[in-house]
Amino acid sequence: MRISSTGEVLTIYLNGEIDHHSARAMREEIDKAIDFNMPSLLILDFTEVTFMDSSGIGLVMGRFKNLQKNGAKLHLTNLSDNIYKIMKLAGIERLAVLEKGA
Amino acid sequence: MNNNKFTLRIPSRSSNESFARVTVAAFAAQLDPTLEEISDIKTSVSEAVTNCNVHAYPKSIGMVYISCEILKDNVIKIKVRDKGCGIADIEQARQPLFTTGGEERAGLGFAVMESMMDSVRVSSKQGKGTIITMKKKISQKDNAR
Repeated sequence: MRISSTGEVLTIYLNGEIDHHSARAMREEIDKAIDFNMPSLLILDFTEVTFMDSSGIGLVMGRFKNLQKNGAKLHLTNLSDNIYKIMKLAGIERLAVLEKGA
Repeated sequence: MNNNKFTLRIPSRSSNESFARVTVAAFAAQLDPTLEEISDIKTSVSEAVTNCNVHAYPKSIGMVYISCEILKDNVIKIKVRDKGCGIADIEQARQPLFTTGGEERAGLGFAVMESMMDSVRVSSKQGKGTIITMKKKISQKDNAR
């Protein structure tokens, strides 16, 4: 997981598979970065995510709640067709800006 | 290929979620599915197995039984069974966003399975366990071209 911050904008490049097994470690790392950087915008980049099930939805919803404490926004970028489909199914577009990958 | 089948028996460890979905996907590959179909199958198996790990055996490790069978007309049947605590109210469990799994669980496991598979059947007995039976017809992309 790669993290880059430009003060206001925190970008986290997720990688690998997001399932119930892997989500916990990802959650802890993302929350640590949010608490440390206090961004006004968090961008989660999914370019290198090879699989996601509904555990990824829980991960996104939880981070949305965490960001809301400071009124920060959430963008999800480079979503594959399959990940986009799962995000839409959960209505995540009501919480975050969704952007498909190339 | 009709009647080809396998059964897998694995402990309900979260590290096996990936193994289970990849194994089922590898078996389904003989039906020549599209990438989207393979992804749908992997996601649905992941949801069903995660349910066993999180809900059926919340405090201990139990066995999860996965069986797959190829039926006629290019249909794959996937059964995920546990001998865990069972579901008290199946209708409620199938409702989107309902979960007993805490804040980090979205409660969308069944909704995902239902949207990605052609049919999802749930039978459960409290204290005995749960069986999820899913079916999906594979389009056979070579014929569709």
